[in-house]
Amino acid sequence: MTLLEAALRAVAALAAFLVLPLLVGQAEHKVMAHMQGRLGPMYAGGFHGWAQLVADGVKFVQKEDITPRAADRWVFRLAPAVALVPYLVALALVPVHPGVAAVDVPGSLVLLLAATSVGALGTLMAGWSSANKYSLIGGLRAAAQLVSYELPIVLALASVALAGGSLSLAVLTERWSPLWLLWQLPGAVVFLVAAVAELQRPPFDMPVADAELVMGAWTEYTGLRFAFFLLSEYAGIVVMSLLFATLWLGGWHGPFPDALGWLWTLLKGFVVALLVIWVRVAWPRLREDQLQRLAWLWLVPLALGQLLLTGVGVVLGW
Amino acid sequence: MVTADDRGRTGGLPGVLKGLATTARTALRPTHTAEYPDVAPSLPPRSRGVIALLEENCTSCMLCARECPDWCIFIDSHKETIPAPTPGGRERQRNVLDRFAIDFSLCMYCGICIEVCPFDALHWSPQFEYAETDIRDLLHEKERLGEWMPTVPPPPALDERAAEPAEVAAANRPARGTGLVGGAGAARPPRTVRPKVVREKPSAAPQDDP
Repeated sequence: MTLLEAALRAVAALAAFLVLPLLVGQAEHKVMAHMQGRLGPMYAGGFHGWAQLVADGVKFVQKEDITPRAADRWVFRLAPAVALVPYLVALALVPVHPGVAAVDVPGSLVLLLAATSVGALGTLMAGWSSANKYSLIGGLRAAAQLVSYELPIVLALASVALAGGSLSLAVLTERWSPLWLLWQLPGAVVFLVAAVAELQRPPFDMPVADAELVMGAWTEYTGLRFAFFLLSEYAGIVVMSLLFATLWLGGWHGPFPDALGWLWTLLKGFVVALLVIWVRVAWPRLREDQLQRLAWLWLVPLALGQLLLTGVGVVLGW
Repeated sequence: MVTADDRGRTGGLPGVLKGLATTARTALRPTHTAEYPDVAPSLPPRSRGVIALLEENCTSCMLCARECPDWCIFIDSHKETIPAPTPGGRERQRNVLDRFAIDFSLCMYCGICIEVCPFDALHWSPQFEYAETDIRDLLHEKERLGEWMPTVPPPPALDERAAEPAEVAAANRPARGTGLVGGAGAARPPRTVRPKVVREKPSAAPQDDP
């Protein structure tokens, strides 16, 4: 890989990182509004409020950047970056087209898992350093939730890796066949549920429950730092949706010529993102104990069963 | 599972699926948002926006200012002497309103001033768009209060079978001493306007105790 190509790939990943979360955010504004019989932000920029997120960004920039006096200053200030950057790394690993991922490493699945789990650290840092009891409770709940739901995610991904016989996302997508839609379905459901929980989005937003924890770990954050947390949430949706689209829905495989592969990946990812938004609007928040119960009594056994099924399938040579 | 208990099930469909279906159905319907700044809301005629003053009706009796719970009404007035219309007659005095102001930054829209005004000088107007960037501009003087008057809707029509208004009944009452007059109402004496107040005698009650 020449230097120029590396630079181009890095710029492409950065551009995707800056554009795709905004698209998802805009979709959330409008879809959520229509699902609730509202219009949603309609005015910024003219046609259907397309510039609403830009306007939000301008608003966030103008706000004062406050650090609580009792806060652990450096940890507090670093937390949004720690939450945001891992998703950039993760997004760079997702193959959108045959041979097109910003970084194509052999064990990209493992690297992606490692990167996304660092994002949880940002929430934990924010909750701990804010010098606020609500934040602390939110941070601890987030830690408990992320520990619980990391396991089903890993197990579901392990099943796919076993089925495809590789740890590289590109190779796994290459070996995908429509049969996986049936065979790997339990793992797909487990992954989707656990991914929503991992992003701390409703109905699994107990750590940020704005009614009782005021916003959890984000309580003390203002302006741009708060916006980074929001952005990391949307970037997380993008990463998880694209991951789901590439591994379970076949990524660039589609009925049309291969040149349109990247379009298929993005389209499938966007559909998954819409599903994540839909779930947010439709379902109420789970209680803390229900949340843990769902992870340990349902998702983990289901994922283990899927792993067993995949193992049997691989041995029998399906 | 604990989360999907019996309350979540309606008509055989789990509650979670029903939730998804409901939101999807709403998403496919047109929205029913009231687009307020672009489309004026249709307010009921009795809605309370701002208080309007009909200056001619005000006698500066100060009742409204005194009843106002947060003292947001300011009234200044002076007396003027009107010369006698006929020679040798008596001169009269009347109140002239100098200032009537309501501070809408204090007003809590209780409507007591409108209730107590004996001369119908104060009215509710449904106009509600009078926000200001400076709080001092919320002090409306009598000219501004008078400007709201055209926005006051006409009072609702009387009920078909309601008693006549007091003024009309009084005007229609036959002159004293003429007795029964002919026409449709001749069978019975004209009714008094005021309903008769029946007072219970206080001595009737306390005799029950043993």
